[in-house]
Amino acid sequence: MRAARETGVVRDNREIAPGIFAMRLAAPSAGEARPGQFFSLYCADASRLLPRPISLCRIDADEVTMVYRVAGAGTAEFSALKEGDSLEYLGPLGNGFPIGEGHALLLGGGIGLPPLLELARRLPGPVTVAAGYRGPDLFLLEDFAEYAEVLVATEDGSAGTRGNVLDAVRAAGKNYDVIYACGPTPMLRAVKAFAEEEGVPAWLSLEERMACGMGACLGCVTGTVKEDSHSRVNNARVCRDGPVFSAEEVLL
Amino acid sequence: MNLSVSFAGVQMKNPITTASGTFGSGQEYAEIFDLSLLGAVTTKGVANVPWVGNPVPRVAETPSGMLNAIGLQNPGIDTFCERDIPFLKQYDTKIIVNVCGHAAEEYEAVVERLSEQPVDLLEINVSCPNVREGGIAFGTDPRAVEAITKRLRAKARQPIIIKLSPNVTDIAEMARAAESAGADGISLINTLIGMKIDVERRRPLLANGTGGLSGPAIHPVAVRMVYQAAGAVKIPVLGMGGVRTAEDALELILAGATAVAVGTATFADPMAAVKVIDGIRAYMERHGVSDVNDLIGAARG
Repeated sequence: MRAARETGVVRDNREIAPGIFAMRLAAPSAGEARPGQFFSLYCADASRLLPRPISLCRIDADEVTMVYRVAGAGTAEFSALKEGDSLEYLGPLGNGFPIGEGHALLLGGGIGLPPLLELARRLPGPVTVAAGYRGPDLFLLEDFAEYAEVLVATEDGSAGTRGNVLDAVRAAGKNYDVIYACGPTPMLRAVKAFAEEEGVPAWLSLEERMACGMGACLGCVTGTVKEDSHSRVNNARVCRDGPVFSAEEVLL
Repeated sequence: MNLSVSFAGVQMKNPITTASGTFGSGQEYAEIFDLSLLGAVTTKGVANVPWVGNPVPRVAETPSGMLNAIGLQNPGIDTFCERDIPFLKQYDTKIIVNVCGHAAEEYEAVVERLSEQPVDLLEINVSCPNVREGGIAFGTDPRAVEAITKRLRAKARQPIIIKLSPNVTDIAEMARAAESAGADGISLINTLIGMKIDVERRRPLLANGTGGLSGPAIHPVAVRMVYQAAGAVKIPVLGMGGVRTAEDALELILAGATAVAVGTATFADPMAAVKVIDGIRAYMERHGVSDVNDLIGAARG
């Protein structure tokens, strides 16, 4: 049995870039979590019914760090939490990234970057991270630099390669054994095509609007090449069968 | 203290079930609590063949509620019978199977298939707002409700509950139509049709455009409609709509519901249905009520 609505205690919660917050949460089930999994965070305001799925950026024995963007009233509520405040959550949820061998390329677009940090910490081989941002408000770069070679791309050219993460990767011109990516769907689509061209296995972490977070409501689905395990209609549940899918298996 | 109720001849250990579509077939929530605590599990709608459902986004939060337009994605009756029914039979709870279809023949095929299965009640979904054919197309016309009820009553071995839509002018008329055609019970309310517009994109947020509104926001509508429907028929009523607490469930029971389903609240708290059962027990203790049946319709005067 897994626990419902566990209570975590905020250890630290600070803005690390405009609108981007990093929260360290002492959480009873932190130790069970794997990179690529997420917590669903409940709002204290009961008029906001649905838990917010937030990826785990760092996983330690008794705490997780979540880096999140304030996107609406729910995440605004989280951003106001202070050290010592409690926060209820369900998790860890989702399947997580499989840990591959060899030189890994991690591609993160904006708020898709955070779950790649814990992956970078756990991968056994050399790691290159390409971090993509819209403009000059960069975040998590120093954290990644502890575990990986870091490439930067910005859409406006204010830092690193002008363009997207794949432009930065092409400019570096290296070969990789496995690719992991998290970011907006157009980026994941491009990564899928890139991985096919290069003949490299790739794992994509998807984002979708969720309700239950458990796989019961079928609110978050993605098209898949193969029959999904639940409904057998090639429509897998992002929250439970994912959020990480093989690039070959997912239709974007 | 007696919490058990008889719904259309089926003895439930307590009046609480899950609302269709919010609980799958129980596999996911069985990781969190023992399904035997429930009076019954009501499954997500199942059709004669697998349905792929609607494109995403399928869900959106609204104040004290949510919109959904899943479009009844389901694995079809074959997988359901092979996998989901044996799973649920492990638990000491009743099984209510929600049945959906695009046309009368499709509902019939599912009902016939279920007649040989160890399930207790069939809830006929003639009120889903998110599928173009079937669903709500049946559920908003009393003659169509009568016709489908009659056809399915003739085929079904188990008692049938007709799930009514709140998107009608006169719910009592719909309730009477189901009863006169032989329904063994009615359930209400399904979701209210709603819409949310993404102001940044200037487009409806849900891919389907409209969706079904559920959650605490619709509870007063549910209380009113259960009250009206229960007053119009003699068959038992399964009440639902925005139930989050024991008090919410008691309102529906006092309005005339024999049993109550907890739905969207489960997303806000996976233990919601269990807490509702505990809360009803506490209420009965507090008020010296020895039999929950004494509360059914007690607000009707």
